[in-house]
Amino acid sequence: MYRILREALRLGKAGEKPPRTQRDPASASPSCFRHSLSIRHVDAGSCNGCELELHALGGPHYGLEQAGFRFTASPRHADVLTVSGPVARHMVAALHDCHNAMPEPRRIIAIGDCACSGGVFRGSYAVMDGIAETLPVDLQIPGCPPDPDALLQGLLRVSGDRAET
Amino acid sequence: MPNPSLRVLATFRHWGTALPVWSGRLRKEYWPLAAQNIRAQGGRLLALWGEDRRTTEAGYLVHAAFLSETGIVRTEMIVDPATAAYPSLAAIFPGALRMERALYDLLGIRATGVNDTRPWLRHAAWPADQFPLRTDFSGEGLDIAADRDYTFLPASSPDTHEIPVGPIHAGIIEPGHFRFQVLGEEILHLEERFGYTHKGVERLFQGLDVAAGGAHLAGRISGDSTVAYAWSYAQAVEQIISMQMPERAQWLRALCLERERLANHLGDLGAIGNDAGLAFALTQFQALKEDLLRENQHYFGHRYLMDRVLPGGVAFDLTAAAIAALQGGGQALKTAVGRLQEILAEHGGLRDRVVQLGVISPERAAHLGLMGVAGRASGQAWDLRVQFPHIPYDQLQVRMATATEGDVAARMAVRFLEISESLRLQEEILQKLPDGNIYHPLDLRDAAGEGVGWVEGWRGEIFFWLRMEQGNIRHCRPQDPSWTLWPALEEAVLRDIVADFPLINKSFNLSYSGHDL
Repeated sequence: MYRILREALRLGKAGEKPPRTQRDPASASPSCFRHSLSIRHVDAGSCNGCELELHALGGPHYGLEQAGFRFTASPRHADVLTVSGPVARHMVAALHDCHNAMPEPRRIIAIGDCACSGGVFRGSYAVMDGIAETLPVDLQIPGCPPDPDALLQGLLRVSGDRAET
Repeated sequence: MPNPSLRVLATFRHWGTALPVWSGRLRKEYWPLAAQNIRAQGGRLLALWGEDRRTTEAGYLVHAAFLSETGIVRTEMIVDPATAAYPSLAAIFPGALRMERALYDLLGIRATGVNDTRPWLRHAAWPADQFPLRTDFSGEGLDIAADRDYTFLPASSPDTHEIPVGPIHAGIIEPGHFRFQVLGEEILHLEERFGYTHKGVERLFQGLDVAAGGAHLAGRISGDSTVAYAWSYAQAVEQIISMQMPERAQWLRALCLERERLANHLGDLGAIGNDAGLAFALTQFQALKEDLLRENQHYFGHRYLMDRVLPGGVAFDLTAAAIAALQGGGQALKTAVGRLQEILAEHGGLRDRVVQLGVISPERAAHLGLMGVAGRASGQAWDLRVQFPHIPYDQLQVRMATATEGDVAARMAVRFLEISESLRLQEEILQKLPDGNIYHPLDLRDAAGEGVGWVEGWRGEIFFWLRMEQGNIRHCRPQDPSWTLWPALEEAVLRDIVADFPLINKSFNLSYSGHDL
């Protein structure tokens, strides 16, 4: 126990502080999203690169929970659906099930080049070339994969905040 | 020829390449016989795939790659389009079954001699009488319906309870379906169902430009193994055009590969700790991994090293200052991991969860042909960097990490050993890095022929087979070690409880995307 405490102290605060934010008056997001987003992530055929960055976002350097955001296991608890991958045809039914289980208000974020437009898998018989073909997308976060800072900025935008300048 | 007793393979020719590859064509009646011979010699099945050659050779071509003690044995066999059938290898190599089912889904040729003819990669996306790898695949009738018709093994007794899990899981992981049959808490049976992330990779490769499009796609088959895939693909390309690689580029590739191994092993150790309820391990290892990723971004240009390894060389170079900084980072990581290893080894709560959990005995591992981290944790001493070292591994004397217990604790122990070995290799590579070019432009005019690539990725061996025609890709088949390792997970969980499944699964950490293609 002593050694665990010593290592925890040695690591200290690994992360940067989350950016100071204020309500974006132009945002159409519900005010109840501010500082409180529950996120359900669905991998719809990603190569796993975007998932690695989502994991990193939850790590000590980024302080996702300091911003009031958390990943949730059940879509019934989720405000935001994040989707990665070009949307493999085999995942469409499960993706719809997940989306239908979410309460209103809800938002959908496309994570990574594949979810935005199909990426390197665009044009394949087995994919939908992005989520927009199957569900209404509120925000696109491009990148291959998008880094945790880009993901956090996107989540802040959907929560109705903007970084203070 | 590797061994005179493999008589049916006696006509095989040795490719004049850096990798030890014997290649040749078999008649249908010799197909299982050759496999039996290789099995009797202690060999393994690496990959099984197929090609539509009806226009050039009046038939389909089934390929198989085996590993024998002396190298890769690559065989092929013509399948008559009239019968579209060939003898199965599943009775000899159990891992062949899923590959043969997938081959039917994609190419429409059936392995005979097995009862299981259910689809594997196909759900409902394309009609059952159409086959995407056939040249006359129309692409019509594509669907997005759910896969409702798949038959799982029926419950063995009215007392058992069935738990369906997936394709969407609770955490941030890839999609796949697991069907448990349990009695109380105990798992009596587990059946996997995959194909959810099928993206049509093999067909996408066809016609792609080798240097740009092909390399880009190769690096995105399984994002956590992007270096291993990109290097393996580059090996196949460089073999076809008989290219001599600049030595510095080879050393830098190995550096990328070892850093990829470090990043994934760090992430896995943290996640295993977390699944056992030790959040401390997750935080600590995540912090170490993040520091490594940031170094990657700063000195290599990408956090996960995507597109750093290209056919012809690498896309980055290191200055003397960068080398010194990476050496310092390596030292710091070594100290930090050493401290965490001691804490984890002495943590009673963690040991209670991981020791004697999810066991694959060395005998079963040998039967299933396991390799990679999971294989080495069950006494299967295969590591390409040791047995078949190419530049620069032939000058680095890699020490193989093995264990024999085959439980979650053993898979953790192998990862710890490999972290320290990768850090030693990184230090040695940085010290001995030869001068010279990092990239050699490819001369792809009229490039044609076949090549294979074979790299020891962090999870296991990444195999590539590539056929080029007129400078473009005719057919390309990547093979992830997960094809062979997923069936082992079905065995590993038996007699353990459902609540331990996430922990056992994480200790394997297999790829869905690399498997589903």
